[in-house]
Amino acid sequence: MTMDRDCSEALQTTVLDAMNNRRALQLVGSGSKQFYGREAQGEMLSLADHRGIISYEPTELVITARAGTPLKEIEAALLEKGQMLPFEPPHFAGRGTIGGAIAAGLSGPRRPWGGAPRDLLLGIKLLDGRGRILRFGGQVMKNVAGYDLSRLMAGALGTLGILLEVSIKVLPKPPHEHTLTFSSKEQDGWSLIHTMLRKAIPITATCSQGEQHKLRLACNEQRLKQIQETYGMLTVDHQHGFWQALRDQELDLFQQQRPLWRLSVPPAAKLNLPGERLNEWSGGLHWLISDHPASEIRTLVEKQAGHAILFRNGDRSNEVFHPLQPRVAELQQKLKQVFDPKGIFNPGRHYSHY
Amino acid sequence: MHDRQSLARAFRQLLPDECVIFREEELIPYECDGLSAYRQVPLIVLIPYTADQVEGILKFCNLHQLPVVARGSGTGLSGGALPHEQGVLLSLARLNQILEVDCDNMQARVQPGVRNLAVSEAVKVYGLYYAPDPSSQIACSIGGNVAENAGGVHCLKYGLTLHNVLQVTMITIDGEKVIFGCGGYDAPGLDLLTLITGSEGMLGVVVEVLVKLLPIPERQQVVLAAFDDLETAGDAVAEIIAQGILPAGLEMMDNLSIRASEDFVHAGYPTDAQAILLCEVDGTDDEVSEEILQVREILLQSGATQVRTAVDEQERIKFWAGRKNAFPAVGRLSPDYYCMDGTIPRSQLGRVLKMIGEMSERYKLRCANVFHAGDGNLHPLILYDANNPGELEKAETFGGEILELCVAVGGTITGEHGVGMEKINQMCAQFPDEELQTFHAVKGVFDPHSLLNPGKAIPTLARCAEFGAMHVHAGKLRFPELERF
Repeated sequence: MTMDRDCSEALQTTVLDAMNNRRALQLVGSGSKQFYGREAQGEMLSLADHRGIISYEPTELVITARAGTPLKEIEAALLEKGQMLPFEPPHFAGRGTIGGAIAAGLSGPRRPWGGAPRDLLLGIKLLDGRGRILRFGGQVMKNVAGYDLSRLMAGALGTLGILLEVSIKVLPKPPHEHTLTFSSKEQDGWSLIHTMLRKAIPITATCSQGEQHKLRLACNEQRLKQIQETYGMLTVDHQHGFWQALRDQELDLFQQQRPLWRLSVPPAAKLNLPGERLNEWSGGLHWLISDHPASEIRTLVEKQAGHAILFRNGDRSNEVFHPLQPRVAELQQKLKQVFDPKGIFNPGRHYSHY
Repeated sequence: MHDRQSLARAFRQLLPDECVIFREEELIPYECDGLSAYRQVPLIVLIPYTADQVEGILKFCNLHQLPVVARGSGTGLSGGALPHEQGVLLSLARLNQILEVDCDNMQARVQPGVRNLAVSEAVKVYGLYYAPDPSSQIACSIGGNVAENAGGVHCLKYGLTLHNVLQVTMITIDGEKVIFGCGGYDAPGLDLLTLITGSEGMLGVVVEVLVKLLPIPERQQVVLAAFDDLETAGDAVAEIIAQGILPAGLEMMDNLSIRASEDFVHAGYPTDAQAILLCEVDGTDDEVSEEILQVREILLQSGATQVRTAVDEQERIKFWAGRKNAFPAVGRLSPDYYCMDGTIPRSQLGRVLKMIGEMSERYKLRCANVFHAGDGNLHPLILYDANNPGELEKAETFGGEILELCVAVGGTITGEHGVGMEKINQMCAQFPDEELQTFHAVKGVFDPHSLLNPGKAIPTLARCAEFGAMHVHAGKLRFPELERF
């Protein structure tokens, strides 16, 4: 087992040096998400050695760990106490660190019901672009003192600083989860799932591909039977590992070398896009394999009040994230200046303008 | 220096006459929010009807360098909507329409002046509700909830305002409309929605909010447990969580609050108990029945002297009425009370309450404690009489000391009420200079001339230096015996 280590000082020295020499740094945890975002630039700075769980108090529902701590290690510690990371972060090829999971802001199948990294991040220790170590948020559930700058880091792709430590809210893991499956036309499948959600059926994941639909439910067997009786046509799926394969993009759809688009829309949105598709989050998240021009895909998704990310493959020298309203882009760039005035952290990884 | 009369004339060019309040006697009702100890008559009050009018007002204020304080329903407890003597008080009360209810996506698009409870009332026919439920939900507005990131008694399970708002439309100080968030589960770019939520009107004026709706649970049930001491009650809370139960609400009250509430609403509380816990579970009928049995068992095992499940919906509502009316109930015990809002790691509860008890004796002021036990949010209510010279100041010093204790044990000075004007000094205890500088820089990104709610939420470094000099006696910090976090 790798030793737990606090590398804050060494990292601070590196950052100060990079700042003084205006040298770009490419922040890397385990490297599991190298495919994501725009093409990385700068000297690689590994955060993998800065690792270890600092504190975990199950009855407080909080875990604090250094950025380089592997997700696997964190989830094992939580499981021992019957708890979990509610956002079900992707591990991608069995790797992934907690810092990378927060910085990428990605969530797994449980997201609509368990929350996203931004919902669960309670506090951070940040090494900013001036080499300062700053603390925002804390380890308590409710905290409205000062601007919430910790949650701003979730999904910022490391462009605002190095997350030295993160405190995350955890939750009890449901004692039982079952998978149900059914076949029906795409729209009818969505309607059934939606009807169940309106009735507060304890759904914790959904996946629809063509006429095949799967649901994950957190309930005991008695309740499961009741649900099957009420809604009919639902058979129990005993296949193990499906949700993990979906989470980590190990299903066939994700194995192609063509552009993979991630479309985030209101769940009831009706998307009519050409290409191979799969959706989760009760319709709130679509994965699309398509060679169509980016502008066409973006326009269609925007009409449905959503946004599109070129998630894997395709042209990563161009913008991969959805274009922003000009004023919002300007605010974003100015915030970057606050945290990283010399632009040393992951330049261009998120958007080309910062 | 702006002249009230000429400003009124100028604003009447922009707005219908009835939107411009400038006569001294009509300005008085706006001199304070829910924290009435702080009062200031504004230069002028504007109550526009539309978002476009808000845009016009902000452009005017930016051009003429006029401070602007936005106000929702004025129920805030930290003086966040305290007016500026040389500025505009911008009331959003007339932007009070529910614009759209989208059942398919389980969302509602509302204006900021809509009352919190009005959202749930409007969508009840669809079997839906809006989860955050601050105690002031009858009156408080969604815009104010966004500004303060309001919580409530159900946020352990259902989250804060932050977790229940999907998108906001905000007008910047120079009058540009910007949208943060998305109708889906995430938005592109930096997550500025998280930054706006809880920013206390310092970064812009929110004119539209898209909120998430949830299905109304089939059944809710509450258990009331009595304890001989507060620490045992605190341990029982930890045990419920350790057993994998996530109650919809988990509240604690101490003896003084119990007696006050019982006298006020006759909730059926055991007045001889040192602490009571209210634990609510929700879900389907079967799930609730099963969980209630588990909760009862855990509470008895943890040393509860009495455990009662509400016999019917009427009793459930009564049990909650006692808790929800705790503030006014305690208010009846004393001419004035001062409500604090610290959050602590739950494991520190016993120690913190003991130390608050000692402070209470030292200051010779009574203090009742009401506690969102599930999420560690403590509301000590300090009883005082403003008519006794010096007693308000004493209550404030006492309150300040409680908040600094919360920071010292690893918590925060405010869980859900905001910093506003009230806790500006304690911000210095919670944040070092570099963090405060960063906050000011972030403010500068949105509001370079500091016109939005100036002087609130984030103290200047000079103020902290002065405050520090006052507080660190002979080079000693408060609570030297406590390990610092």
